[in-house]
Amino acid sequence: MTELTRRRILELAVASQLPGIAEAQRHAHEAVGSKTGAGGKFESLPAEDAVEVEALASVIIPSGATPGAREAGVVYFIDKALATFDRDKREAYETGLRMVQARRAELFSGSKNIAGLQANEQRRLVESIEHTAFFGLLRLHTVMGFLGRPEYGGNRGEVGWALIGFKE
Amino acid sequence: MVKIRTKDIVDFVVIGSGAAGGVVAKELATAGFRVVVLEQGPYLRERDFAHDEIKMLRQGFLMNDWKRQPNTFRKTESEEAVEQPAIFYGQQVGGGTVHYTANVWRFHEVDFEERTRWGDVPGAALADWPIRYADLEPYYTKVEKELGVSGLAGSNPYDPPRAAPYPLPPLPVKASGKIFEAAARKLGLHPFPAPMAILSQPYQGRPACTQCPYCKGFGCEVRAKSSSLATVIPAAERTGRCEIRAGCRVRKVEMGKGDRVMGAIYFDPRGKEVLQRARAVVVCANGAETPRLLLMSKSNRFPNGLANSSGLVGKYFMVDTGVSAEALFEEPLHDYRGVHVSRVLHDYYDSDPKRGFYGGGGIDARFDWFPINFALGALPREVPAWGEGFKEALAQYFPRTMRLLAHSTCLPVETNSISLDPKVKDAWGLPALRMTYRNHPDDLKVLRFLQQRCVEILEVTGAKKIWTAPVEEFTLTGHLMGTCRMGNDPAKSVVNRDHRVHDVRNLFVVDGSSFVTSGRQQPTCTIHALAYRAADHMVRAAQQGEL
Repeated sequence: MTELTRRRILELAVASQLPGIAEAQRHAHEAVGSKTGAGGKFESLPAEDAVEVEALASVIIPSGATPGAREAGVVYFIDKALATFDRDKREAYETGLRMVQARRAELFSGSKNIAGLQANEQRRLVESIEHTAFFGLLRLHTVMGFLGRPEYGGNRGEVGWALIGFKE
Repeated sequence: MVKIRTKDIVDFVVIGSGAAGGVVAKELATAGFRVVVLEQGPYLRERDFAHDEIKMLRQGFLMNDWKRQPNTFRKTESEEAVEQPAIFYGQQVGGGTVHYTANVWRFHEVDFEERTRWGDVPGAALADWPIRYADLEPYYTKVEKELGVSGLAGSNPYDPPRAAPYPLPPLPVKASGKIFEAAARKLGLHPFPAPMAILSQPYQGRPACTQCPYCKGFGCEVRAKSSSLATVIPAAERTGRCEIRAGCRVRKVEMGKGDRVMGAIYFDPRGKEVLQRARAVVVCANGAETPRLLLMSKSNRFPNGLANSSGLVGKYFMVDTGVSAEALFEEPLHDYRGVHVSRVLHDYYDSDPKRGFYGGGGIDARFDWFPINFALGALPREVPAWGEGFKEALAQYFPRTMRLLAHSTCLPVETNSISLDPKVKDAWGLPALRMTYRNHPDDLKVLRFLQQRCVEILEVTGAKKIWTAPVEEFTLTGHLMGTCRMGNDPAKSVVNRDHRVHDVRNLFVVDGSSFVTSGRQQPTCTIHALAYRAADHMVRAAQQGEL
């Protein structure tokens, strides 16, 4: 199978037949893209997962006075990694995100997604999963996406390197 | 480059092109012999040496690949080994010298006569080398001159005698070096400029180091790191008598008539099996792959593995022993640029009976992290693993941190070994490499002792904060040594004092496996020197018709 997984093909097929869903997906893309200043297309992460991954990455390396994981484009690094050298980690992301969503629903009944939680709620959620293998993977990817070469999709404008004072 | 036909019988096949293989190939070819070098890794060039931490460090582009060449590990012989990474080494033409930190201080006189000076260590097999420092001194000088080493003769009061100064002056001192030097002197210690196989000035057509932030773990696209790849390999090729065959994995050294080998069987880059015949074979595949190859090279004459009538091939495996202490300063040091080590001290090098255990080592000052591995592994344990506190710590610590690294002795123990795994196979269907290893208690005591000495030094630097990680037994290692021990007695060693296998006329082994004792970590300089000396003997033996 090529990089288009069966799931992605189904997504596209469904999207083309149901404009409402396509519209929502496009907005999700743009929502993520516009915050980072570039429209993003995702190769491996479903759009709604990308929004959630970005939210989690932003808890790990928050935005503030200096750029964080969001501005660095960490979610694009992760998406690209899952399409290439870490394609064997896709399943870990699928099951991992399901686990996190289940935990979110337990902790915050009435919540719909991670991105929509308050910042302190997001932190509580991460505290509850920080010893899981999936969080370990997410943290590793967030750090790599924040501080790796920009060609890998993250560390946009070298903001990660700028934070730590690293100049090539 | 010359291409030698595989059906030709060449003078020498050299297996491995790293610290030892590169030197041997160059010396043999220069002396007029036809040499084929078989290297399992790729022939990389400067354009391949990207400044890319993900590719080089996280993905191990310059290293052995555990997916295709799995290792297994167990602590003792009574356990079954489990598949997990156990050893790592540089895998390309030039071997580990392509990417190493390039520390190249010489062993001291004591390293060659540990048993005489110290006595026995219970649970270990301490022995004297069959040679002494004086036998190797001319070759240490040759290493420094031919490869290009920067340093300052006379600056280390503990240095052994030397015939000539370094060919190049020391590299610039870094903030970490200055801080270390001032603190060490306050304590009455004797720090000196670190001898490094990195050019401080243009030399032999190669430029000086540009002080970039991508040294240890990376290839040098400038050719300022004096790797085998930048120096002896091209020199070997320029003779017109040496062919480097990359992507060629040797699976067996083949016996010929009587007590002679006749060549090496390898898989070429397309996976085809080829026999290259030679008048003599030199194995330089590193302290883990060399014994593995010999053990795989069984024959009627050698049912326990080639060269293994002593039963010692693979035994006395010694490894990379080191420990560090880290410190944070108020002012930025920006120590991440340039050659990692600029100052070292050897005040604790010798063993001292007053300590109550065998062993000693050196201490250097450095910053040898990169952005990602710093964020993942350098911060003190109490720093939050995520969130605002994590982000703040990254910004604060990266520019203001340095570390002291102590490098120390590792005892030879017969039950520590490299052997063939009975079950797991690599991607070529060959037995996986199995590591059996437990740290000798004295090795752990030395590490703890030296870690305390590091902290002591840091305590007088004015550092804001000092932290350490506890010394623990380890299971993953580079710096592979001891597994084809040199010696005069064929019952107690694998090669003689001239690196010729005791029971095979035309088979030589020279690399980290030759080491009788470990030195104090960082073995590359001594591997290079042993290779020059061994090559001298091979040339003489060949010229006198002995092979």
